[in-house]
Amino acid sequence: MTQPTALPAPPPPVSVPPTAPGDPRISRVVLSRFLRHRLAVASLIVLVLLAVCCFGAAWIAPYPRNAQNLLEASQPPSGTHWLGTDSIGRDYLSEMFYAGQLSLAIGLGVALLATLVGTAAGAVAGYLGGWPDEVIMRVADLFLIVPPVAVLAVSLQGLGPSPLTIVVVLSGLGWTLIARVVRSRVIQLRHQEFVEAARVIGASGPRIVVRHLLPNLTGLIVVNVSLSVAMAIILESTVSFLGYGVQPPKSSWGNMLTQAAGLIGTSQSYLLYVPGLAILVTVLAVNFLGDGLRDALDPRGRQR
Amino acid sequence: MKSATEETGGAAAPLLSVRDLCVTYRSDAGPVTALDRLSFDLRAGETLSIVGESGSGKSAASLAVMGLLPRNAVAEGSVRFRGQELLDLPDREMRAVRGRRIAMVFQDALAALNPMMTVGAQLAEAVSVHDPSVSRAELRERAVELLDLVGIPDPRTRAGQYPHELSGGMRQRVMIATGIANEPDVLIADEPTTALDVTVQAQVLDVLARVQDRTKSAILLITHDLGVVAGLADRVLVLYCGQKMEEAPVEPLFYQPAHPYTRGLLAALPRIDRGTRRLAQIAGQPPSPTNRPTGCPFRNRCPHAEDQCAESPRPVPVGDGHITACLRAREIASVTP
Repeated sequence: MTQPTALPAPPPPVSVPPTAPGDPRISRVVLSRFLRHRLAVASLIVLVLLAVCCFGAAWIAPYPRNAQNLLEASQPPSGTHWLGTDSIGRDYLSEMFYAGQLSLAIGLGVALLATLVGTAAGAVAGYLGGWPDEVIMRVADLFLIVPPVAVLAVSLQGLGPSPLTIVVVLSGLGWTLIARVVRSRVIQLRHQEFVEAARVIGASGPRIVVRHLLPNLTGLIVVNVSLSVAMAIILESTVSFLGYGVQPPKSSWGNMLTQAAGLIGTSQSYLLYVPGLAILVTVLAVNFLGDGLRDALDPRGRQR
Repeated sequence: MKSATEETGGAAAPLLSVRDLCVTYRSDAGPVTALDRLSFDLRAGETLSIVGESGSGKSAASLAVMGLLPRNAVAEGSVRFRGQELLDLPDREMRAVRGRRIAMVFQDALAALNPMMTVGAQLAEAVSVHDPSVSRAELRERAVELLDLVGIPDPRTRAGQYPHELSGGMRQRVMIATGIANEPDVLIADEPTTALDVTVQAQVLDVLARVQDRTKSAILLITHDLGVVAGLADRVLVLYCGQKMEEAPVEPLFYQPAHPYTRGLLAALPRIDRGTRRLAQIAGQPPSPTNRPTGCPFRNRCPHAEDQCAESPRPVPVGDGHITACLRAREIASVTP
């Protein structure tokens, strides 16, 4: 090549992932696409950090669970208590980590259970049509019209406010959303030619649903999981805030908010921000993560 | 297979035998007749082309053979494959036939391939649905082999790609590859070239011919394109309003058409030896499918129609393997077009 030396060096090639589009190692392509989504990667790091801190609280938290030191109650942040202490002398940082265990577990549990149930119900309703569709969707409507906070409060009163009850009740309320979305998408896909083509090669109904329809719903499902994590954490906080949810001495971010609510107007009102911020960061991170995953998993999303 | 005992006719017995096949769709406007007493035979290794315009019942015929008619359609008559009746076969057994003994290639390959699966995975599935014992490595090799067979360059790379990364012609080749994945006895090609450029059409037809050479499959070629018919078919069946108008080996059909409808179709083709005059067309419209006239369905557009045409014409033989459903077939056949 005869290139005049005066010309500046050619700009570096646009950052194309080293994997060729036809690389059979598809998981690598997905990974490289995910890594390009900066916000999603950052969110994943934040979530992993949060999860490690909360579930590893026994090792990471500076003070043991519920350790009270009444002499040091209601102290502002300091070197020994980074976020200060609450009115009964518990280290607020440690308490936040322990509380996060419940909040995160409820969020994830609800998201997974609701999505599983909702996707299955929606796929069956959409694929079969006819009376199974009618039955499933009318039941879903029934669940949709009840006010979630009221149902949650009443059933927690009746069944006892264990975290498991919260997960089951929240999933029971949450599956309808994804079921409706999955059903409508399945109906749309069911009439497409590739489904017909799958039937032509001799595939059975369940096989068509699992192998051909569900992969086309990945984006929907991932987004729904992230939305329901956020929704579950917020609902749990709401109910705990109202006093029906997680009861002391167990704590979640929601009931930490309740306790701190009494401090509004005092010099310690900053205690309200800590669990509030934890909820906000988690919900945002989960949403960004869902966004990144959806883009990474869609084979057509390659060129952007 | 239980049909083994009935399979005694040897080479002469047809592979696929369709008798008096009627397909009726229920609709709000009353029953719609898509196919009216259609009969034909498909012998091993031959290519039979079903030609007709939109709404003539071509697709209903292929769907009825595959057992894939929509729920609001009823098929009556008989479809026998190697002596086994397919129309009343339970779904489970029909699934074993579909894709393995009788396969199908669709018109629009982009729509017929799953956008979320790699081409290789879809080929592999066509094999593994019928034989779950094949290992992953073997499936991968088989997919590459099939892509190579239909003339896709660099098949190993292509197998890892998604349908949207291939060109239209390549996608249609992939469709053909899924069709022949299990070396079926019958391959139904429903308008396999309609969605393609003319140059690519020729390549795809060539692939079909080569594949047939190799797998010895019989091909049921469904098309409205007489050019495709001339290039690939051994025999031709002309459909109009769900009825068989004419059936003949390809040469007599083009050189001595005996049905006025076939003549009309051929006259409407552009010809290189006749200069640039306006193309001929058949006057009038096909009758409404909800309100079919009695007798010959073509009679209100036919230049040779007589009063007797109001009675259903019986198919009459006018030559070797040449059958025409027209009262004046012999008369018409004697006139060169």
